[in-house]
Amino acid sequence: MSIRKPLPRWADIALLPALNLTLAFVISGLVVLMVGENPFEAMKILLYGAFGYGEGIGYTLHFATNFVFAGLAFAIASHAGQFNIGAEGQAYIAGLGAILVGLWLDQTHWLLVLPLAMLAAGAIGGLWGFIPGYLAAKRGSHVVITTIMFNFIAAAIMVYILNNVLKPVGSMSPESASVVNAGKIPQLREFWDFFGYAPVNIMLFIAIIVLIGTYILLWRTELGYKIRTMGQNPNAALYAGISNSKIIMIAMTISGAIAGMIAINEVLGVQNRLVIDFVFGYGFVGIAVGLMGRNHPIGIALAAILFGALYQGGLELAFYMPAITREMIIVIQALVILFTGAMEGLFRAPLETFFTMLDLNKKPKTQEQEG
Amino acid sequence: MDIFNNLIFLLDSMVRLTVPLLLAALAGLYSERSGVFDIGLEGKMLAGAFGAASIAYLTGNMWLGMFAGIGIGIVMALIHGIASITFRGNQIIAGVAINFLAAGLTVFLGQSWFKQGGNTPALPEGGRFLAIELPFADALKDVPIIGPIYYELISGHNIIVYIAFAMVPFTYWLLFKTRFGLRLRAVGENPKAVDTAGINVNLMRFKAVLICGALTGLAGAYLSIALSAGFVKNMTAGMGFIALAALIFAKWRPLYVLYATLLFGFLNASQIRLQGVELPIIGEVPVQAIQALPYILTVVLLAGFIGKAVGPKAGGIPYVKER
Repeated sequence: MSIRKPLPRWADIALLPALNLTLAFVISGLVVLMVGENPFEAMKILLYGAFGYGEGIGYTLHFATNFVFAGLAFAIASHAGQFNIGAEGQAYIAGLGAILVGLWLDQTHWLLVLPLAMLAAGAIGGLWGFIPGYLAAKRGSHVVITTIMFNFIAAAIMVYILNNVLKPVGSMSPESASVVNAGKIPQLREFWDFFGYAPVNIMLFIAIIVLIGTYILLWRTELGYKIRTMGQNPNAALYAGISNSKIIMIAMTISGAIAGMIAINEVLGVQNRLVIDFVFGYGFVGIAVGLMGRNHPIGIALAAILFGALYQGGLELAFYMPAITREMIIVIQALVILFTGAMEGLFRAPLETFFTMLDLNKKPKTQEQEG
Repeated sequence: MDIFNNLIFLLDSMVRLTVPLLLAALAGLYSERSGVFDIGLEGKMLAGAFGAASIAYLTGNMWLGMFAGIGIGIVMALIHGIASITFRGNQIIAGVAINFLAAGLTVFLGQSWFKQGGNTPALPEGGRFLAIELPFADALKDVPIIGPIYYELISGHNIIVYIAFAMVPFTYWLLFKTRFGLRLRAVGENPKAVDTAGINVNLMRFKAVLICGALTGLAGAYLSIALSAGFVKNMTAGMGFIALAALIFAKWRPLYVLYATLLFGFLNASQIRLQGVELPIIGEVPVQAIQALPYILTVVLLAGFIGKAVGPKAGGIPYVKER
């Protein structure tokens, strides 16, 4: 049977990721076993830490908020055929917009701060996505390389600005002044003490809105149609009169702007000031989330909750099992990227064979019934 | 004389800082010339550094440490190869996964084995590569000009430094003067033609990727058991990406790789010395500006504003044999 049919839709979007994820967890379990701990016990602590009580759920949702933005940033660029691994840098530099608006309007109301901060962070993050997009579209640079370089350039700029511009006079540590009043985005625990001390805030709802907005943009608007067409077949898009370079630039800008939302969640939602490395790798998690979630908003929402749970449960795990550090989460993240992204063929080919054989077995029967 | 001595010291530290970049960039050269993009240089280097330091600490033998580093680099490369050659997965995604795998595993295993926050303990005697004196170094030491150059700059490095610089002509010879090299470059440019000639494209690419793994492992070993005396959490700190930048900056050519890594090594060395120094005309240069320079230069070059960097034609595309 050399001719294999493509997988049924449900297998493609649910079964395959589930198998890949299971494999990633089995290998992670073996690693846990290697350091002499019980993987099932570890799983139990992880799950309890992530979902077992209000504060845990609050943290899970807080992390998930970041991952929704990061995952969508990756997905929108992917739909345009661009591999944006610059969400980290885009979010980092967007922190400037968040903190400046927060400090400037600290004496007003958060309802004014939030939209303006989103605008500012989105604009700066968008610019940081636009430049690699422009260089790819007009100058033929490789987006992967340019976005990697832009992550480092952003890091250098931020360290300089924090040390030389934003650091309050007399302060020793490289961080900005703090927002104390309206600049803080309200945390949900202020309304509902269920969440304990968890920092989950209004940005959770913004994340949900952006999820829906992305769905509408990609599948219900002309621009989204153009983005997806260009991503799937640039030549066809060109013949259909779509300007490839324009679409690349637009998609990369939107991607960067969405990544910028992470900055608001972290800077105005938790830290209340701009600190070095506040993005903490969340931008990179977006790659795993996007791949896991098949670049679809629903998948991204689920994958973001999964990774949110991993991050929160992982902190808990590191606390109760000292042999397991929180870097275990990065290992799981790596395995998820490896199996769902790069080694997809591992399960896809056998599954395709399996379903093709299933189909062939079915056909003679229907003929018998007819005859 | 003072300026001259300062310059010698600066160049000496440039040499030390160039070595990991040079080894990693040459590693990337093999892989990318064969058509496999590798943004996982950073991770392989980090894993190699950890493997080298762990074994050197446990055995007290620097050579065993070095070979462990190379071995771990090869294992990581094998994962990259299986994902991106055998399963025809996305090479970039495989590289991203390798980077995270190394960043997570080194700290996780390091913490559970050595309990020092992800670092390895300081290496015992014999576990670390020490400087070697070249012949006549002591005798020539006091000769003006030539003395300091020979004694400080050329002599007095550890063996991996000399291996690294020797790798440049060796790589040039291997890639451009041998049949193996011709085939390796050919699978990166036009795999179909090579396949037609009866050469196994995937096997060629695997060889290139494994050489890449060995060299990144050596680069890592240099960091953890030669340049410093032990593994430190995330000790590569972006060097793998600077090496990648250097490789692009060098337009995928061995000799240019040497120049590019020397340039980036020089920037790195001068950044440490320029901290807080007022230069004439320019004034004080922010350290961050020098740190960001390799990345900015690469972006500018890639965009074709100064020259043009065009990679191997078949780079990034898994080869599918026609049936």
